[in-house]
Amino acid sequence: MADTNLALPVERSTVAPYKILFLVMAIVLLVAAPWFFYPIFLMKVLCFALFAAAFNLLLGYTGLLSFGHAAFFGGAAYFTSHAVTVWSWRPELGLLFGVAGAAALGLVIGFLAIRRKGIYFGMITLALAQMFYFFCLQAPFTHGEDGIQGVPRGNLFGVIPLGDTLNMYFFVLAVFLIGLFAIYRIVHSPFGMIVKAIRENENRAISLGYSVGAYKLAIFVMSAALTGLAGGAKALVFQFATLNDVTWQMSGEVILMALLGGIGTLIGPLVGATLVVTLQTYLATSVFPVTIVMGLTFMVCVLTFRRGVVGEFYHSRTGRGLTQKDGD
Amino acid sequence: MKIDVGSPADVHAPDAVPDAAGGTVLSCRGLRRDFGGFIAVNNIDLDVRYGEVHALIGPNGAGKTTVFNLLTKFLQPTKGTIDFLGHDITRMSPSEVARMGLVRSFQISATFPHLTVLENVRVALQRPNGLATQFWRSVSSLDRLNGRANELIDAVGLSDIRHNLAADLSYGRKRVLEIATTLALDPKVLLLDEPMAGMGQEDIGKVSEIIRSVSKRHAVLMVEHNLKVVADLCDRITVLQRGEILAAGNYETIASDARVRSAYMGIDNE
Ligand SMILES: Nc1ncnc2c1ncn2[C@@H]1O[C@H](COP(=O)(O)OP(=O)(O)OP(=O)(O)O)[C@@H](O)[C@H]1O
Ligand SMILES: [Mg+2]
Repeated sequence: MADTNLALPVERSTVAPYKILFLVMAIVLLVAAPWFFYPIFLMKVLCFALFAAAFNLLLGYTGLLSFGHAAFFGGAAYFTSHAVTVWSWRPELGLLFGVAGAAALGLVIGFLAIRRKGIYFGMITLALAQMFYFFCLQAPFTHGEDGIQGVPRGNLFGVIPLGDTLNMYFFVLAVFLIGLFAIYRIVHSPFGMIVKAIRENENRAISLGYSVGAYKLAIFVMSAALTGLAGGAKALVFQFATLNDVTWQMSGEVILMALLGGIGTLIGPLVGATLVVTLQTYLATSVFPVTIVMGLTFMVCVLTFRRGVVGEFYHSRTGRGLTQKDGD
Repeated sequence: MKIDVGSPADVHAPDAVPDAAGGTVLSCRGLRRDFGGFIAVNNIDLDVRYGEVHALIGPNGAGKTTVFNLLTKFLQPTKGTIDFLGHDITRMSPSEVARMGLVRSFQISATFPHLTVLENVRVALQRPNGLATQFWRSVSSLDRLNGRANELIDAVGLSDIRHNLAADLSYGRKRVLEIATTLALDPKVLLLDEPMAGMGQEDIGKVSEIIRSVSKRHAVLMVEHNLKVVADLCDRITVLQRGEILAAGNYETIASDARVRSAYMGIDNE
């Protein structure tokens, strides 16, 4: 993707060399990380980072604030867990099943929600996600309050045992990178250009003949599917799927992560997710109540970094608002 | 997701419809729109003809923008019918009629502010060129639209700033960009809502020139307050007042109409 645009003498459509350097360094660090940090913690960070990035694909690039993304995250966790536990599917197929399930769920919820805007859109996604929560509470295959326990990680492609923590880590890292690349590709694609145009001026896009509803639904389903990728991976990491991941609190958590890091950028949600997961992990063993500390952190961040941590950083460097550029 | 409709437009090829100057491309009969109990426009008959510039004038609040919204389906009429290229479009969606070639601009400038000038025009070109739904391809695949986009940008005189963000353009240049974007669709009818409002004299001359050349191969319906521009540019004029047609005809007819003169007192000297 670096040199595809050389035909055009435009600085903004070529990827700057420092970005490639940054990318390579980031990947090297991620590969080395499990020798320095607790792998389960890292995998959790990666799953939530992908979740936040997928959520941000919707919020940051279309302005649609969903209050129901837990349905896709937790839903995929159930679907993947069920497939590998009950049907004994291989992990990669189970993961794909989770993605497909989340996409199907996204199609239904998105179809009902995208006709509305602003707070109404949010309320409909919340209501439908709550309906899904109650479905999960009642449906036999989720095992209600117990959840699906003892989910086997199995062998990747039938050969690589994911029971090995390091193998599992690299599998999750690969899933994470594939998910991020998909998001990058969608944002910087012909389709992504139209989505941006719709965000910028919906009526103008209509008057140019675009069926904006179809585009919004498409990006909603993509966001749901990628959220499902994160949720399915998380279920394999922790080897269980519970009601916790389909609650409205989980939908709120991902909003927090995206806002904290800075919406509308590729990196922002990753930073936000890392901050939140790290905080939660440390607070879990401390005497402070997690929710209060999280709430305070969020308040401080929103008041001091309105654009999110990454957004403020970009802003201080370029003097521009976030949404002004693609912001990757 | 396939977005193009295999619309009724395919039944009669659009080109089979009157091409000779003077053939009616867009017409409406008995158009009316109520907002609650308030009748915003009532009993509107219009015929927009190929090769002509048709002006819709009238004091503020007369209902000009409402007529535009009705014709382009952004609003549903309470009563009346709209015919475009021989098809009844009264019940169609705004994006459908846009795909058939009925393309509007907006009273408040409507660009995509955080896209560049080039990207703005390309967005219009993407759909007709089948490059709007690929989410798996690089955005550089849009470079093959640059040739056509740059032609349009050159034609409206924005060549030197094609890589600037639309948000950073002066008001006049935003309007010109809008026209270039509209033209990119090669529409059958252009509906321009006050394309020159807020422009300097020089820009007005330039935009008039563009509209004049466009009208040779299209039909244009425009809202305009500047009567000098209307006199210069428009072949046919419809005057609205309080939602109803007060008078219609060419400039001489309109200018000598006593009711129009009284409705336009003060505005005439703008
Ligand atoms: N969505 C709406 N709801 C209620 N009333 C409306 C709506 N849109 C327009 N109106 C009313 O209809 C009337 C006609 O408005 P319209 O915008 O069509 O006028 P206009 O001729 O375009 O005026 P201007 O020259 O100021 O642009 C006005 O009285 C306006 O207040
Ligand atoms: Mg108006």
